[in-house]
Amino acid sequence: MTIPKERHVLVIFPHPDDEAFGVSGTITTHIQQGTPVTYACLTLGEMGRNLGNPPFATRESLPAIRKKELLASAEAMGLTDLRMMGLRDKTLEFEDDEKMVRMMEELIEETNPSLIITFYPDFAVHPDHEATARAVVRAVRRMEDRPKLHCVAFANNTLDVLGEPDIVYDIKPVREHKMNSMKAHISQTAWMLEEMEHKLQNGDTETENWLTLERFYTYRWDQDFE
Amino acid sequence: MELVEVNQLQAAIDSFVGKDVYLHLETTNGSYASHFNEGFFNAGAFIRNVVINFELGKVVGDSPHRVGLKLPQGWVYAQGITHFEIDEESRLLLAGHDGTGKLAVALQLSETPFSY
Repeated sequence: MTIPKERHVLVIFPHPDDEAFGVSGTITTHIQQGTPVTYACLTLGEMGRNLGNPPFATRESLPAIRKKELLASAEAMGLTDLRMMGLRDKTLEFEDDEKMVRMMEELIEETNPSLIITFYPDFAVHPDHEATARAVVRAVRRMEDRPKLHCVAFANNTLDVLGEPDIVYDIKPVREHKMNSMKAHISQTAWMLEEMEHKLQNGDTETENWLTLERFYTYRWDQDFE
Repeated sequence: MELVEVNQLQAAIDSFVGKDVYLHLETTNGSYASHFNEGFFNAGAFIRNVVINFELGKVVGDSPHRVGLKLPQGWVYAQGITHFEIDEESRLLLAGHDGTGKLAVALQLSETPFSY
């Protein structure tokens, strides 16, 4: 499946590194094809648990570290329009719901995207992912002329309920950009990357596919989550 | 952060006694605990920038330590403290890190508010 040229792509996730694993290859490809991409990252992952032992960071120094990592990930993808939205990790579902929708509406109005990428409501595992997904879907639902909405789903019941993803992009041509995006978030990904590289060296096909095939579900408005 | 040295930590706790101080208290298993282990009952809590004024504070036990702060009408308690630091803003940061480097508990005191 080739990645079509878009007018503008708007990516909305709550945490630095949410973009890296599932989407950074797709983002890189859009950018290389000349499509403008905006990435709105709602928090700085302030409540991340990976602080090391011996510790390399504290609860208070972590946000600055993750901000630097986010900027480095953006650079790895070639992304120039990065928005840090200033919310706090873990708190998104407790913000005023309408305020969240308005934040998404303002991003959409400004960037006029033909494609929006976020998480799939009810299949996004982390409460911040779910709150982000709900706000984006609500904002898009209200639009007369809706852009395409591609959602990342990784809850354990995803395959059982949603089936196979309808969109699968082979991002091998930009594999190194994706690796560099994931490596940029080293404070949170070091342990995982070590395990992944070990599996890749042993020729593990599942891991290679996980890395180089990026999967999305087109949001199903006929089975709206609410 | 450094491993807790009890005498140093006790002196740092004592320096906040009787002052209005901002508290960050947190315990966490991580938001993915029930994703990776479906039978896991995930519980956690945090409070941030709540002002307290305590009259007695102690660090107790071998590592991982317990820390308790006695307030005129209540208590603050944390279990599992392994590391501490007085940062460049003179804030006392206590944390419990498990063997894989993940934070399990944090207790922090500051005379000025923590960030948002």
